[in-house]
Amino acid sequence: MRLTAYVSGLGVLGPGLCNWPETAAVLSGRQAYRPAATVLSMPPILAAAERRRTGRVVKLALGVALQATSQSGEDPASLASVFASSGADGHNCHEICRALALAGREISPTRFTNSVHNAAAGYWSIGTGAMTESNVVCAFDASFSAGLLEAFTQVAIDQVPVLLVAYDAEYPQPLHAKRPIPDAFGVALVLTPQRRPSSLARVAAGLTDSGFDRIADSSLETLRCAFPAARSLPLLRLLAERNSGTAILEYLDVSRVEVQIEPCA
Amino acid sequence: MKPLLLTNLTATSCIGKGVAATLTSLLQQRSGLRMCAFETVDIETHIGEVAGVDDARLPEPLRKFDCRNNRLAELALQQDDFFGAVRQAASRLGARRVGVFLGTSTAGILQTELAYRECDPTSGALPPHFEYGSTHNAFSVADYVRQRCGLQGPAVAVSCACASSAKVFGSARRMIEAGLIDAALVGGVDSLCLTTLYGFHSLQLTSPSPCRPFDVARDGISIGEAAAFIFLERAPRNLDGDSVLLLGIGESSDAYHISAPHPEGLGARRAMQAALAAAALEPEGVDYINLHGTGTPSNDRSESQAVTSVFGPTTPCSSTKGATGHTLGAAGALEAVISALAIRHGLMPGGVHTGRIDPTLTAMYIKDNRRASVARVLSNSFGFGGANCSLIFGRAG
Repeated sequence: MRLTAYVSGLGVLGPGLCNWPETAAVLSGRQAYRPAATVLSMPPILAAAERRRTGRVVKLALGVALQATSQSGEDPASLASVFASSGADGHNCHEICRALALAGREISPTRFTNSVHNAAAGYWSIGTGAMTESNVVCAFDASFSAGLLEAFTQVAIDQVPVLLVAYDAEYPQPLHAKRPIPDAFGVALVLTPQRRPSSLARVAAGLTDSGFDRIADSSLETLRCAFPAARSLPLLRLLAERNSGTAILEYLDVSRVEVQIEPCA
Repeated sequence: MKPLLLTNLTATSCIGKGVAATLTSLLQQRSGLRMCAFETVDIETHIGEVAGVDDARLPEPLRKFDCRNNRLAELALQQDDFFGAVRQAASRLGARRVGVFLGTSTAGILQTELAYRECDPTSGALPPHFEYGSTHNAFSVADYVRQRCGLQGPAVAVSCACASSAKVFGSARRMIEAGLIDAALVGGVDSLCLTTLYGFHSLQLTSPSPCRPFDVARDGISIGEAAAFIFLERAPRNLDGDSVLLLGIGESSDAYHISAPHPEGLGARRAMQAALAAAALEPEGVDYINLHGTGTPSNDRSESQAVTSVFGPTTPCSSTKGATGHTLGAAGALEAVISALAIRHGLMPGGVHTGRIDPTLTAMYIKDNRRASVARVLSNSFGFGGANCSLIFGRAG
C-alpha cells in the first residue's frame, strides 16, 4: 500500500544548516557541509506575551514551519499539522525536575504550561490562527517516520494539505548524558494532495523490511544519527538531487518507511 | 468516515479495575477521589489514585520499562482478558497488521523526578539505574505495550496534553483506512507525578475538594490516573446489534491561548461539528454527551457554550471526572470506554460531587443517573495548546 503526496514546501534548521536551499546544496554535493551551532531566531508570528514564554524547541519548530509554508505559498492557517518530536522542551523539563527535587517544589505556571509535548503545536496555531486539526506524535528515535506516516495518511485519506514539522533539541545536563541530543535540528514539509506550482516532487510512501539508507559523507551521517528528525536526511537528499529514486528511512525494529520520489519538472 | 468496531475494551482508574468494576461504580455514582497522599506531595487536593499500581510486575525481558506509568499499563492490560484478546487478534491478523496508538501527557516522568533527587552530589549525574527512553520518553508506554503484546505494526505515542487519547482514534482510523494495518490497539495511559500535581497547583487549577464539574462553586480539577485500551477493527457487514462502533471523529485547534480555553468555546464547537459531519449525524442523533467537564470555571463555561451552540439546551450531558478525576492524557480513552458502557447498558451517568448547577451554564447537565436507551454518545476531550477532539460512538443495531 502506497500513500502519495506532493512535497510543496520545505524548511530546515540544524547545525550549520539555515534553510532548505543551503541544505539542498550540501546534500546534493554542490557545497561542503560545515557543522556549526544551530542558529535559532524568534518567530515573528508570536505576540509579545508568547515571545517571553518560548524556548528553543518552539523557535526551532516554528522556524522550519514558517520556512516551509512561505516556500509553499499556502496559507498557514489553512493547513492541518503534524508535529513529531522525540522530546518536548528539554531545558524547561530540566528546570521543573530540578525544582521538584528541592524542598520548596515551586514551579512557575509558565514552565508547566510549556512542558506539554504539544507546546510548539499550540504556539503555531496561536501564531498563525490555524484552527485546523493538529496532532503531536512521538516515537523516540523513530519519531520522523512516525510523523511522516501520520501526515501521509492524513493527506491521502482526508485529502487535505498537511504541514509536517519534525524537530528535536537538546536536554541540558544531567539528562543530556542519558539522552545525548547535541543541538537542535528541525525539518518541515508542506504536503499537498494535489500538485501545486510550488511542488518539488511527488512522493509515495509505504512500509518495507529492506535495509535503511545511510549517508556516505561521514559528517552528514553523524548528523543523521544524532537527531531523530535528521533520520529524514536520505529523503531530503533525494529531494535535493531532484532525481527520481527511492529512500528507505529508519523506523521501528525491522520495519522501515520507503519513499519513492518523482520530481516535478 | 467508515465506522470502526470496538472489538475489546478495558479501563482501569480510581473507580475500578476493569469494566465490571467501572460500571458498578458508575451505577452507584461512587467517586474514587480521595485526599492526596501520593508520594511526598504536600498539596491540599483530592486525587484519583489507582490502588496497587506499584504491585504490578513487568516481565523480566521488559524490565527496563519499569516505572509507574508502565506498571499502570500492565495492570490495565491484564483486566477483562484484554491482553489475551490482543494476542489472539495478532495471531489471527498477523502481528505486522496491528498498530499501536497510545496517548499520554507525562508518560513515566515520575521516574526522572525521583532520579533528580538521587543526582551524584559531586558530578550532578543521574543515577546509573535511570533509563530515559523506556520510562520518561512519551513513546515508552507505546513501546512497552507493543513489545508486551508482540505487535509489530506502526506504533506511536500521541501527546497533545489532555486530548491525547481521544486523538489516537483519529490516527488509527486514518491508518486503517489507508490499508497500512487491519486493526489498532488504541488507548491512553497517564499516571500520577509531581509535574502535573505541582504544575496544575501553580496555575491555581487544582481544587482542594473533590472536583465539582458545572457546580456554581466549582473551583478546579482533581487529578487522576488511568489506563484504558480499545481494540479497533473495520466493522464487518453483519454485526450483533449490541456492538459498539466509533462513528465519528472531529479535531480542531483553539488558536487562542496555550493554557486557557477559547472563552466562547469556538474550537470545541468546531470539533463537535466535525465529529457530527464525519458520522453523518444531525445533533438530534446524539443521546448523551460525556463532557470534558474538568471543573475549572473557564473550561465548563466555555464547553457549555460550545455544547449549547451545537446541540441546544436539551441534550443530557455530564462529566464523569467527579468520579474518576481528570486523568489527563488517559481521559479520552477512559471516557471512550465509559461512553461504550453507557451505550451497552443504557446508562447516562450523572455527574457526582456537583451540588447546585451553575445557572449561567445552559447545557443540560445531569447529576443523577438516567436509565434509558442510549444509541449514540459524543465524548469531548480538550487540552493545553488548544487541542480539541470529539468522538461519537454508537450502537450497531
